[in-house]
Amino acid sequence: MAVSSKTIVRVEDLHKRYGAEEVLKGVSFTVRQGEALAIIGPSGTGKSTLLRCINRLTEPDRGRIWLEDIEITSPHTDINKIRQQIGFVFQDFNLFAHLTALDNVRLGLLKVKKLSKKEATERAMHELARVGLADQAHKYPAQLSGGQQQRVSIARALAMDPKLMLFDEPTSALDPELIGEVLQVMQQLAEEGMTMIVVTHEMGFARSVCDEVIFMEKGVIVEQGPPEQVFLHPQQPRTQQFLSKISELYGGTNL
Amino acid sequence: MSIESLKLLGDWDIWKQLLEGMLVTVELTVSLLGVGLVLGVIVALGQVYGPRPIAMLMSAYERFFRAMPILVLLIVLNYGIAFAADIYNVSWLRLPTFAVAVMAFGLHSSAYQSQIFRGAILAIKPGQLLAARALGMTRLQTMRYIVLPQALRLAIPGWSNEYSGVLKDTSFVFAIGVTELTRKGWQIIQNTREVFLVFIVIALIYLLLTYLGTWLLELAERFWGVPGLTGQRREEHGRVI
Repeated sequence: MAVSSKTIVRVEDLHKRYGAEEVLKGVSFTVRQGEALAIIGPSGTGKSTLLRCINRLTEPDRGRIWLEDIEITSPHTDINKIRQQIGFVFQDFNLFAHLTALDNVRLGLLKVKKLSKKEATERAMHELARVGLADQAHKYPAQLSGGQQQRVSIARALAMDPKLMLFDEPTSALDPELIGEVLQVMQQLAEEGMTMIVVTHEMGFARSVCDEVIFMEKGVIVEQGPPEQVFLHPQQPRTQQFLSKISELYGGTNL
Repeated sequence: MSIESLKLLGDWDIWKQLLEGMLVTVELTVSLLGVGLVLGVIVALGQVYGPRPIAMLMSAYERFFRAMPILVLLIVLNYGIAFAADIYNVSWLRLPTFAVAVMAFGLHSSAYQSQIFRGAILAIKPGQLLAARALGMTRLQTMRYIVLPQALRLAIPGWSNEYSGVLKDTSFVFAIGVTELTRKGWQIIQNTREVFLVFIVIALIYLLLTYLGTWLLELAERFWGVPGLTGQRREEHGRVI
């Protein structure tokens, strides 16, 4: 689906410091409706912190963020209202351990969106079917594989009808043979026109599915552009270095 | 104790007295555990999620009541309340001794129970709380729908321990004049001089009550059990060792 010209997220000069370490040193970018943005870069360079600042699971020290025309970072904004519109998928799934797959997806609909039980169940089952897990609805997280758990967590986020989905290394905790099923669901989402920001080490996904790629290191954006440009003709020596190291590691097949 | 003394076991009146005592023991245990449960959960939530002053206040409460011997607590509270009722002439403060006992034991037990719940709360992976907040849940909703259902389940084994402990501690209420099982036993002994026999019967009753209560809690643990969270772990452990 084509990327529209409408801006969904705008991040302006974001700063975050943990003690003496400045994790984000002024990050700015925008994401348009229908765009899939990949954020790549070495570990510990602030990618996950950046993602968490967008729905204020982590409070930024400085800088502003907008979701459409609402300023997320404004102290007058009801952050719980904003979070309902931003789906978040975690590296280690974070499913609610005491609830079945169905109840994991249904809980937000019942308690946050205040849907009736019937409506919530229908919607939750629809989302589970969308990620191919309708037949696992009554299993508990511990009875599901990692890939299935991550797909439930994607269904849980989707059920809230988000304007934006944030993925924080969604496949990093998975066995290699389970990564595919999760990436497939994400690709399908991107094709349906979901606006998404994906922090990932899956270069193949970033290249073939995403519309834009940001390479981040040490709290700043080193390079940004469409995937062909960043992967095939990186302008910055640091980006070249990082990508050649990755392709060495995966035998070049991923690129 | 002789064969003759066994005749005592055929005396219905003695069983009636013991049963009355047992009922008081059970009522007291159930009530004090209920009070302790509510206060204990509040203290634990305050300790884990409260702002620093609240957390410190809760910890001070918990240390204080864990430090107090239950006998001292019973007597001080009993006299204290009666004294206050007298000098301020507040009639509703003239509480029955049973209510004072529930209060004293409830406060005492809440301090112990708070630590069972604190441990259970901290056993929940914080990632789940992030996931709840990311859905737009408030702090209170997260506690209500994510923390409490899991913490209460995880607390059952520790709670079973607290039950069997307080069940026998309730015999201290003789100090403020409440007659429960052990006290009834003493009264029977004064009339019959059968120390040994009466205490063996009482011991068996405590054994029965402990068994029954912990069995019920085991059923509850299984009933609300969740794969991967509680219960069924015995099998998993058994396969390894």
